[in-house]
This record gives sequence, C-alpha cells and structure tokens, in this order.
Amino acid sequence: MSEPGASSTDWPLGIHRALTAAGVSLVAYVPDAGHKRLIELCHETPGMRAIPLTSEEEGVGLAGGAWLGGARSALLMQSSGVGNLMNALGMARVCRFPMVVLVTMRGEDGETNPWQVPVGRAVQALLAEMGVEVTRADAPEAVVPAVEVALRHAFEDEAMTAVLIAQKVIGVKHFPVEVPR
Amino acid sequence: MSATTALRLRRREVVATLLTARGDLLVVAGLGAPAWDCAAAGDHPLTFPLWGGMGLAAMTGLGLALSRPRRRVLVVTGDGEMLMGLGSLATIAAQAPPNLAIVVLDNERYGETGMQPTHTAHGVDLAAVAQACGFGVVPTPASHADVVALRGSIHHDGGPLFSVVKVHAEKLPLVLPPRDGALLNDRFRTALQE
Repeated sequence: MSEPGASSTDWPLGIHRALTAAGVSLVAYVPDAGHKRLIELCHETPGMRAIPLTSEEEGVGLAGGAWLGGARSALLMQSSGVGNLMNALGMARVCRFPMVVLVTMRGEDGETNPWQVPVGRAVQALLAEMGVEVTRADAPEAVVPAVEVALRHAFEDEAMTAVLIAQKVIGVKHFPVEVPR
Repeated sequence: MSATTALRLRRREVVATLLTARGDLLVVAGLGAPAWDCAAAGDHPLTFPLWGGMGLAAMTGLGLALSRPRRRVLVVTGDGEMLMGLGSLATIAAQAPPNLAIVVLDNERYGETGMQPTHTAHGVDLAAVAQACGFGVVPTPASHADVVALRGSIHHDGGPLFSVVKVHAEKLPLVLPPRDGALLNDRFRTALQE
C-alpha cells in the first residue's frame, strides 16, 4: 500500500483495492457522503459494476442472485440503512448467501442530526442478532484490514460480514443550531 | 374491471406453459403461490424458489442476470410480493439487463394470508409502473396462445421485460419445493457449473 495515493489514511482507495483483489464485480449502494469516493472509484472501474439501490434491502436480493450466478458482490450504506435490512438478512442467512456490508456510521461522535442516532446506536446489535460478523474500524488505518478479513470470511466461509466505519474516521456533517441570545 | 375479470387465466397452467421447453432458462420464484406453481411445473435445480425475503424476488433475478449475462433469467412472482419491491423496478430499469424478464401472477390477493385484497384490486397497475420505470411491457395475456407468445418473448426478446398475468384467486393444492435455502443455493450453483 505504498503506491502514490494509497496512504494508510486513504481508506476508500484501500477498500477499492481489496474489493478488486477479492474478485468483487458488483457493488451495490445507497449513497452516503462517507462512501462518496469509494462509490466514484467503483463506477470508474472497468469490470466492476456499481449499482445504486432505492433501498438497502434490495442489495441483499442482488447479492444472493449474484452468488447463485457465480459472482461476488459488496453492499455499501450508511448506518440508518441497516435498519432496512433485517428481513432480507434472514433470507441471506437461511440460504448461506455471503454478504459483505460496509457501513459508514452516523449517530456517533458529534452527530448533529438526532434522527441518525437511534439506528446508529443499534447497528452493531441488530447485525449481530441476525448472524452477521461485525467488525468496527475506529481509525483510518484499521479500515482496510477489517474489510480484507470480511471479504475472506464471506467468500471462503460463506459468512455474512459487516464492517462499521466509525463516524470519527469519516468526519461529521454539521447542521448548525442557532444559539438563542 | 369486468373486462379484466373475463381474461383471468389459471396460474398453474400459465406457469407450466412458461416453463415448458425451458432450455437454459434460470428461474427465481417469489414466495408463496408462485413458488408452489413452479414446483407444480416440476422441481428443477435451476429454479430458485423463495420461502421468505418478501419483495426480493426481482432483485434476486437482477443479481442472476448481471452475473450470467449469456443466460435468460425469469422471475415469476405475485402481486403482493412485487408491491413490496416496487423500488426494485426502478433499480432494475436503471441497470437495463437485456436478459431479465419479470412475470407477475396477479390474483389481486394476498393468497397465503387469507385472500385479502392487494393494491392491484384497487386499480394499481403494476405494468404501468414498470413501463414508467423503463421496462418493455408485454401486454397481459388473454389466452393460452398469448402465454405461449410471452414464453417466446422471455427467451428471445430484449429486456428487461415485464408482464402482468391476471389469474383467478383460487386456493390450490400445495406443491412444495425443498425449503432448505442452503441446499437450494448449493444445487443451483452446482447445476450452473455443469
């Protein structure tokens, strides 16, 4: 990872390289600002198809169908989107469909939109309860190693895996509150 | 509504016709009656029947179609199942897979839960939704010959294709496919490699 533009803190590029190395050809996503660069990289890559979804659970059906057809996929979303996944994950679990879910976290340090907090706080427990192996990356240099492990477990052990990328890794979106005087 | 009532077909006959001489067709069956209809037509390793995941049949078909661009993929599902995945029609149309067809067996009822009316009973037109998203729509078949023609479109015409088949709201004997999802997964992938 010593090539230009691949510093340890350029984790979107690192994820992209890990996906490519693992043979992932389909990347489905509901956009999040934290995934902006990775989504752009996926769209720019020949042989990799980036697929926007209207809602996150669509990505589980897509991943299952892709696996049946012999392709590997990954699914990108923000933490609130995990709340939309639950029944779909039940299908993936029963069918032993590999899943790689990369979640950019909201509702953590410095969050200024309270509507992001409830699911953000529940994400780890929700995924774990559905049988997903969950890893948190709390520093930029922890992201790519966690994704590499997730990819290996998913496609070699037919596991459902998720990596939660902490909000402090991504940065905080500010919605200023007017202070009364 | 009386005109469409007159055109209602028998779902088991429709599915049996669509799956006749299936060639290398890959099939996803939505949960409930469409899965039983496909099983009644003959269990097949390259038919993937869903026992859950309501709303995901079309997206499962998209994953298959994109990963196997040289194969034709047919999703057979019900109106209730399709209604839960309406957003997926937009997602699929945006990808425009030429090898994917979706056939909705529309009895205007949630057949597995007590025959409650679905939104199509109140006039929601799934084919119009699909067309607005960008699907090519094969008109609702009115006869066995139309269903045979629909089968031809599924095998030969450029997609993504969408068709609504209006069927009777009838309770039929259960014909169940295997319910072990891991087994269905494994046999499908194995059959595709052969």
